Amino acid sequence: MSVFNQSRSTVIRLIVAGVFLIIVAQLVNLQLFSSKYEALAFNNAVYPKVRYPDRGIIYDRKGKAILNNTIMYDLEVTPSQIKGVDTSFLCKLVEIDTAEFKKRIVTAILKNGRYRPSIFEDLLTPEMHARLEENIYKFPGFALVERPVRVYPFKAAAHIMGYIGEADSGNIKRSNGFYRLGDYIGKTGLEAYYERVLMGKRGVEYLIKDNKNRLVGKYENGIYDTAAVAGRNLHTYIDIELQQLAEKLMQGKVGAVVAIEPKSGGILSMVSGPNFDPNMLTGPNKQQNFNKLFLDVSSPLLNRAIKGQYPPGSTFKPLGALVALDEGIITPSFGIGCSGAYYGCSRPVKCTHSNAGHAANLRLAIANSCNSYFTHIYRLSVDAGKYKGVKNGYQKWKQYMNAFDLGVRVGVDLPSEDRGNIPDSSVYNKVYRNSWNSCTNLTLGIGQDMMLATPLQLANSMCIIANKGYYYTPHFVKNIDDETPADSIMNPFRIKHEPLTSIPDDAYEAVISGMQDVVEIGTARVAKLPDINVCAKTGTAENYRVIDGKRTKLKDNSVFVCFAPREDPKIAIAVIVENAGYGGTWAGPIAALMMEKFLNDTLRTERLKEVERIAAANLMPGWLVREQYKADSTRAYNWFKMTKDSSAIKRFLRREYKKDSLQQKENSPSPIRDIRTTWQRPEAIVPEQYSLTHPVTA
Amino acid sequence: MNARNSSKGIDWLLVGLYMMLCAIGVISIFGATYKEGEPILQSFTSFKTDYSKQLIFWLLAMVIAVIIMVTDSKFFTATANLWYAFGIVLLLLVFPFHTEIKGTRSIIRFASFQLQPADLCKVFVALALAKYLSRVETDFSKTKSQLIATAIALTPAILSILQQETGLALVYFSFFLVMFREGLPAGILIIGFSFAVLVVATLLMEPNTLAMILTGIALAAIYILRRQIKRRKQILITIVGIWMVCVGIQRFLVPYVFESVLQPYQVKRIYDTIGKDYAPSGGTAVLEEAPAKKKDDGGDYNVKQSKIAIGSGGLAGKGLLKGTQTRYDFVPEQRTDFIFCTIGEGFGFIGSFILMAIYFLLLMRIITVAERQRSVFSRAYAYGVASILFFHIAINICMTIGLAPVIGIPLPFISYGGTSLITFTAALFILIRLDADRQMVLR
Repeated sequence: MSVFNQSRSTVIRLIVAGVFLIIVAQLVNLQLFSSKYEALAFNNAVYPKVRYPDRGIIYDRKGKAILNNTIMYDLEVTPSQIKGVDTSFLCKLVEIDTAEFKKRIVTAILKNGRYRPSIFEDLLTPEMHARLEENIYKFPGFALVERPVRVYPFKAAAHIMGYIGEADSGNIKRSNGFYRLGDYIGKTGLEAYYERVLMGKRGVEYLIKDNKNRLVGKYENGIYDTAAVAGRNLHTYIDIELQQLAEKLMQGKVGAVVAIEPKSGGILSMVSGPNFDPNMLTGPNKQQNFNKLFLDVSSPLLNRAIKGQYPPGSTFKPLGALVALDEGIITPSFGIGCSGAYYGCSRPVKCTHSNAGHAANLRLAIANSCNSYFTHIYRLSVDAGKYKGVKNGYQKWKQYMNAFDLGVRVGVDLPSEDRGNIPDSSVYNKVYRNSWNSCTNLTLGIGQDMMLATPLQLANSMCIIANKGYYYTPHFVKNIDDETPADSIMNPFRIKHEPLTSIPDDAYEAVISGMQDVVEIGTARVAKLPDINVCAKTGTAENYRVIDGKRTKLKDNSVFVCFAPREDPKIAIAVIVENAGYGGTWAGPIAALMMEKFLNDTLRTERLKEVERIAAANLMPGWLVREQYKADSTRAYNWFKMTKDSSAIKRFLRREYKKDSLQQKENSPSPIRDIRTTWQRPEAIVPEQYSLTHPVTA
Repeated sequence: MNARNSSKGIDWLLVGLYMMLCAIGVISIFGATYKEGEPILQSFTSFKTDYSKQLIFWLLAMVIAVIIMVTDSKFFTATANLWYAFGIVLLLLVFPFHTEIKGTRSIIRFASFQLQPADLCKVFVALALAKYLSRVETDFSKTKSQLIATAIALTPAILSILQQETGLALVYFSFFLVMFREGLPAGILIIGFSFAVLVVATLLMEPNTLAMILTGIALAAIYILRRQIKRRKQILITIVGIWMVCVGIQRFLVPYVFESVLQPYQVKRIYDTIGKDYAPSGGTAVLEEAPAKKKDDGGDYNVKQSKIAIGSGGLAGKGLLKGTQTRYDFVPEQRTDFIFCTIGEGFGFIGSFILMAIYFLLLMRIITVAERQRSVFSRAYAYGVASILFFHIAINICMTIGLAPVIGIPLPFISYGGTSLITFTAALFILIRLDADRQMVLR
């Protein structure tokens, strides 16, 4: 029997060998041929924690930090450890109710799980931080965590600096995955334009997590960790005191101011009104503040200096003269006789002067701002015989404009600049069905018709005149810390553009003398400064707006351009104040104060009164009230339709709102008190309850 | 012959393999449970950590081994049935005195000591089966004897199924290997194997498709055997009978067992292993193809993490205490049932292969030892030990690498646990003791 069954021992051995072979085969498969398991194990257990570097600091021309970093605190919670917390006391300190408390804990658990800390309340106000710091030991599971926050110590230059916010899906997509959810990214202004310079390099710390997602230590003692490299600082041309002055002067006004150093193209100051305190968009309540600014119909978030498009009006005249001079059509002694209007075309163009000889030569024509003279030389330029027809002549003229950066983006180091408007001849072909001539658009010669320019373009055109033919693309940043040739971002600002250097000096002298005459004896006498020769040009541009479906003529926009000193120009300014009348009324005095401040580094004592007078003037257009009412009530109505919550719409149903708000007098206080926005309460721009923990000034 | 001198005749290769396995066990448990910052030497001697406890269990097991070695071989033959009776009594005692731990009702607790009789009973069954098979009056070619032997092997299995410890019950089926060696008709093993194939096929395939395939096979068999059928009608009846039984199993038995006998978690584990989705339902068991990217709901989490651990070991492994999967508790039960993950992750394919080689050598050596016995008792017992070890090793490792459903059985000599280590040690050293007296004829 045993002999017979002995063969069965071989069978059993084979069974064992077979099973072991299968196991080894599976081990080969798992351990040698499947690479995914290694990655899976790594993802399972290793948590790459991003170490954020400090963002770069932005300095002004005198080395003062205008955008800095400070530390604020977040309250973090680890949901698994909060047993026994006095919920009601905590709620009292954080100023929420218990329902909100529960909601936040649930959100925290859903977001990061029970065992990992999540943010409970971010960016605590200093008072809240102080209250919590005293009591934090009573709340197990809660901790105060430092967080770097951007801070603007001068509360100025909101539109220039921009702000940072969490990267949205668009940012993440465009960056090819460089940014991740929760990363901060510059949203506007220099913060956005110089994002890659300012952000520095993120570091990664590899931490070990266990099966419950708790972080239990460093992975491999940190040998794979990379350190964060702080962002590089920017040194700008901005004069922060000049900026603050300009912002003060632009209070309660819609418009923009741009001041440029002509020799370098460096922007000294750029203000857009209405303005806001940039600190509103960092720190606590940034979301509420943003909403408030966003819903304001006067658009305080809009940077009118690069996005506002205005007809330049008379301020364009010096440039028109330069084109004619460069073309060789006129000489400085060219003059016309003007009897109060230009009759060259069927439609006369009125001129403010009718006395004989006010346009006897170029200098006089500029000093007197003769419309006839400049419409005439515009027509001469585009109808010049060598171009064989107005369309070619006009295209040539447009090329000049584009060479001055009119009608094209200047290329300033801010995102989303607008290009203004110098229409192509094809536009006129379309509008006038191919039948047009120099009479059709003759007001281009006096900065009207379809011509639109941004305040930045106007200021840049002043630089061209001040520099006698050349300019550098206007920009804010002088240099980057540890700049290398790899920082190609700076290259466009170091190219000298020379669109008009062929014009002889005496021709420039005629134009510049004309502009000086404007200040000495003409419409810009408000800009006269002791011991400084100022050259300027005022402009008064018609201002139309569609209100309630009707094209309504509003008070003119006040435009002013200037540069000084004549002999060695150090500052060129363009000011536009909407709805403010003549160029010399509001825009001129603002430019004058800025020039004085910049050139003398201080203001005379008697001028401080003037500063206060202008700052106190409320030139907000009256239609804003009406528009705000319409926007707010429509929103309240939609909200009511959606939610049946009538609380928001009720206040719009009171009798006082039924009257047409457009009827009220300009600049009178609005009856709609509770929907008044920042521009009517200048003090709201700087919320007094907001103070910084460590205001840092370099 | 050399019974007086107990060190003579000892198979030192087996002892050596045993020592290697136990040492690997302690190191693996150390690798799985050592927490950073603990002073290693103190921890090993403090007897508070799992690895130091395992070290004590090992020492205790060796004391028992020595006691076995100085015991007369005849003691085991004489008391085999007694041990078996003792085991059954213990198993029965579980019913009134069990403590429910992790869903099993098979554990008795005295103070801090846990005893699982269903685990212990394996050795007793091996002894009792050997005793029965070695009786002079036993004629194993008779069906009656085969049935008695089966009853001896499976009684503890039934008792442990009643204690909801299906995993351990399956171990007792491994004794069919012993019976096969001692003359159980090969047909029974083939039938058993076919049955297993049929059950797996039932789980994997559409019921109708499988029924059609079975019918096809039956018709093909009838066609091939048509000449013989003409001569003997019995063959046709047999084929139709087999076909009916198969379809019956596939249509009624498997669904019935899955619905009413097995626990839902067991069904789920089986489905997880074959890659199907388990949808518990009131009616018939619904089988659905697993959607490609379904969120795993914990059931196969264990196996997934275990596969990740072993797979991430690569060729040479991450090194002891470097495995992130096992160090940070991603693999559950890693010091007991999933201890193989620690080896797979820490020492990679090389380490795993060496361990498999040691086990293979152990099993082959036991079979060699079995075949050199003069007495049937020793041979049957040796095969019993080989079967138990083989079953444990194969199922435990297969479950960690995703080839078998998760059944809670330990890896011999390596998994943490006193009872298991002592039981296996006793089983192996009884064999070594018997082998030392291989020239004697024991009944």
